[in-house]
Amino acid sequence: MKKKIKIKINGKLNIIDDKTKISVLLKDLKIPIRKVAIELNRQIVDKKKLNKIFLKTNDRIEIVHFIGGG
Amino acid sequence: MKQDKLIISKKKFDSRLIVGTGKYKNMLECAKAIKISGANIVTVAVRRVNISDKKKPLLMDFIDPKKITYLPNTAGCFSSQEALRTLRLAREIGGWKLVKLEVLGDKKNLFPEMIETLNSTEILTKEGFKVMVYCNDDPLMAKRLENAGAAAIMPLAAPIGSGLGILNKVNIQIIRKQTKLPLIIDAGLGQASDATIAMELGCDGVLVNTAIAKAKKPFEMAKAFKNAVVAGRQSYLSGRIEKKIMGDPSSPIKGII
Repeated sequence: MKKKIKIKINGKLNIIDDKTKISVLLKDLKIPIRKVAIELNRQIVDKKKLNKIFLKTNDRIEIVHFIGGG
Repeated sequence: MKQDKLIISKKKFDSRLIVGTGKYKNMLECAKAIKISGANIVTVAVRRVNISDKKKPLLMDFIDPKKITYLPNTAGCFSSQEALRTLRLAREIGGWKLVKLEVLGDKKNLFPEMIETLNSTEILTKEGFKVMVYCNDDPLMAKRLENAGAAAIMPLAAPIGSGLGILNKVNIQIIRKQTKLPLIIDAGLGQASDATIAMELGCDGVLVNTAIAKAKKPFEMAKAFKNAVVAGRQSYLSGRIEKKIMGDPSSPIKGII
């Protein structure tokens, strides 16, 4: 069985496979990369590097997009 | 009037009405109201993607950022740190550099926290952002924002969402006189005539959200604001008459029978 890790996605605890790349996580979550920005542990992630970064346990990932606002 | 465009950081816009995209019943209503308003720029907020409900409609699916300029806004930020984080993320979504900075200081009156706003303006400008700054209607602070590199000065008419209209016309006129930067009234307008007044004071544009989104008939109000901004601008450019205390007859005195 694959080793699992705990990460927080948008503040919520999630259990995912160890050695998951950010790009894979976003694909699993069906996130349109073109329309979002990603932060990993308060650092903005260059979208070109999403397929190079592996998530580690206790990582905090934020996925944001534009919504209606004043 | 065809050549009379709103210019912000060398970008030209046909409409002087900027509208917010919040508080609408749904995305469809929002998109239709924007279309009717004729606005070329809309403000948008940066928020977490809803991971659990992926069917939730996306703003970008309703309002095409290739056709309408998205103006990322830091609404809801109460510190410089939060505002900077928000706008850096906004830039990452798709290269947005023209942004609206809004750092609030009080949850009840929603007045801007001007010290944090000024500091953020300096930092963002150094990072290459073109910052349109929501601010109070203080001419001295407006000057400091200009010196810090602001791309546009956006004083409030009244508290956000209050619908009170322009509370301090004199201050707005003083700011108009002292700056060549785009001056855009942001927040507090309640009805179309408020927008006309703002334009007649010499403002370059107005930003409206609640007054349209929460009107009983948002589409009609969007149209009203569109017309009001055009009317106010034409009136301003036409040069109003002097105010006098006494009457001045419109018909000639000579030849009265």
